[in-house]
Amino acid sequence: MSSKIYEFKPFNVGRVVIWTLFALVLLVAPLVFTSSLSQTMLSQMGIAIIVCLSYNILLGQGGMLSFGHAVYSGMGSFLAIHTLNQVSGGWPLPVSLVPIAGGLSSMLVAILLGWVTTKKAATPFAMITLGIGELVWAMSLMFPEFFGGEGGVSGNRVAGAKTFGITYGPQIELYYLIAVYTFVCTGLMFAFTRTPLGRMLNAVRDNPERVEFVGYDTQKVRYFAFIIAAFFAGVSGGLAALNFEIVTSEVVSGYRSGAYLLFTFLGGATFFFGPILGGILMVLAFVLLSEFTKAWLLYLGLVFLFMVMYAPGGVASLLMMNLRVAKFGHLRELWVSYLALGLTALVVLLGAAAMIEMLYHLQLNAALGPELSFLGGTLNSKGLNSWFGSAFIMLTGLGLFELCRRQFAREWGQIQESIEKEIKRMETL
Amino acid sequence: MEFYTISLLNGISYGMLLFMLSSGLTLIFSMMGVLNFAHASFYMLGAYFAYTVTSVLGFWAALLVAPVLVGLVGAGFEKYFLRRVHKFGHVPELLITFGLSYIILELVQLVWGRSSVDYRVPVALDGPLFTLYGTQFPMYRGFMMAVALSMLISIWLLLTRTRIGLVIQAALTHPEMVEALGHNVPRVFMLVFGGGCALAGLAGVIGGNAYVTEPSMAFSVGGVIFVVVVVGGMGSLAGAFLASILIGVLQTFAVAIDASLMSALQTAGVMLTPETFGYALWKLKLSQVAPILPYLFLVLILIFRPKGLLGKREG
Repeated sequence: MSSKIYEFKPFNVGRVVIWTLFALVLLVAPLVFTSSLSQTMLSQMGIAIIVCLSYNILLGQGGMLSFGHAVYSGMGSFLAIHTLNQVSGGWPLPVSLVPIAGGLSSMLVAILLGWVTTKKAATPFAMITLGIGELVWAMSLMFPEFFGGEGGVSGNRVAGAKTFGITYGPQIELYYLIAVYTFVCTGLMFAFTRTPLGRMLNAVRDNPERVEFVGYDTQKVRYFAFIIAAFFAGVSGGLAALNFEIVTSEVVSGYRSGAYLLFTFLGGATFFFGPILGGILMVLAFVLLSEFTKAWLLYLGLVFLFMVMYAPGGVASLLMMNLRVAKFGHLRELWVSYLALGLTALVVLLGAAAMIEMLYHLQLNAALGPELSFLGGTLNSKGLNSWFGSAFIMLTGLGLFELCRRQFAREWGQIQESIEKEIKRMETL
Repeated sequence: MEFYTISLLNGISYGMLLFMLSSGLTLIFSMMGVLNFAHASFYMLGAYFAYTVTSVLGFWAALLVAPVLVGLVGAGFEKYFLRRVHKFGHVPELLITFGLSYIILELVQLVWGRSSVDYRVPVALDGPLFTLYGTQFPMYRGFMMAVALSMLISIWLLLTRTRIGLVIQAALTHPEMVEALGHNVPRVFMLVFGGGCALAGLAGVIGGNAYVTEPSMAFSVGGVIFVVVVVGGMGSLAGAFLASILIGVLQTFAVAIDASLMSALQTAGVMLTPETFGYALWKLKLSQVAPILPYLFLVLILIFRPKGLLGKREG
């Protein structure tokens, strides 16, 4: 789980470059993707990035597997939308500060519930977050006065003082507000990993017994981290409330918590920037993949399963491993294998996806006849040819993929060995 | 009196079902340290398998075949997936079962559709068992209790009186020693996981037609069985039994009671109006609160008795 940190002392050039690039990407993205769909998606990505990063304070840095993080992002959403409605009613608070209100209220909730939650780490922690998540979700339907019942609470973000003529009416203005929040929150959360508390949190994750012997209260460390994570989750919830202008009880549901967990893990919990990738993937999956195919949850589940088995560090760890290979100049030897792996994987996916889509078609759209269009072609979900063809494609692909994988595993092992040797050699110098 | 007796019986039969579910979960947890997140999904799988087998071979065959099938699926999952992430630690193990729960849900919807299926109580068990104070108690509920009880006894006998049970118990505390004595501990793990899943499948067979067989059945019961396992004490079979009955009875009574704090205060002579502070809380009926009672119970147990009712260890 340990990661090597590349630093250029005394002035960390790499870090400055990366953060500038990050700011530039946030700044330029809506100018490149100008359609209204991409603008809403970019806004949602910003929100998702904050919440996944905040989740990773618990999962990646604290080793706390939470099944109830949506409680904090959701409570932030609700408090923010109520604040927004008060602003519409005449409170002298600029709309741009409403997410902070959401964050602070989530923090309060975390101060209340966190002490109990963080009493234990590991499995009991997971269980109690699950319990509290269910508790809050069930309560959201019991108190329609606050949670708005089935219909939710709606608001209007064009309210209050219009500083510099910014009304937050057009999506692009809101996007830039979200971008600013995303940048600042990401920066703050990164800074948090470098504080003594952030370091202690890592220690509590790795060896709580020893931390207690050194004289720290592990529960207190977890509790503080929990509150901080809740604050950022609340900020993202507040931004979501501004973005959608409606908050329903779905935002505190277990499904939402599950999605945070899934995508933070997919992005990579062991690296700081993993959840950023996770947040982007989350929006892509929820908005694009769900449009593209009805079977998206199945694909998602399968991807998750194989990710846990073969790359428990998520996408980020895959990236970093290849970066290490590239650093030692071995990436050139691998690209043929990568190409072969990618192509054969595509063939497997093609065959499997055709069969899955045919199954879904049979189950959901049987009334429309047996024909369905798949990637420009037509499949007959009741015809032997289509089934045989896709099964044949999948099995062939699977066989070829296995061959390529073995070859790749061999090469990969050799390269890792040579890198280890190289590192040892450099150490002796 | 009638209300109490019938509610108590209903509560016990629901609790028995919960116990069948949580016994598998607690066995798996105490042996392997894995909190199987997909346990409720195996319950659902059991119900759907039973539905299909019933339509071909009849209910009694399903009672036998469906749990075996579910057990095989579980054992296969342990062998080919779970075992591989064992070296990464407990969190990936939990996560992989979490991913499995998504996949099973989608596959079930893919094969059997998104609405509920018509899985019925067999004709031989349809009808009242006895009539108490003019209310009929269904025969099927009695059957559920009988199955659960016989299951409890056979598990207990298996674990304490047979050779394989002794090996399992030994592997629980001293896996290295057991391995050194020549037993295949990974295979024991696979058996336990498959067996636990088969128990969940059995619960699905008899619970699926007592309640509704639909894709959301796993989610609705999933949270409650975790509560049972934690409240009873992680890894304690007797604790799971006690907690199941307790939560089953508690929930059944709460659903049936149509009273609120406000009505209680009214009988005591205190009148509350919509202007009173916290009116939303006072006017809540106990039946409305019923779904959250298990979770409230869980939080309270974790605060005041973290090792659970009959648990021996914390954390």
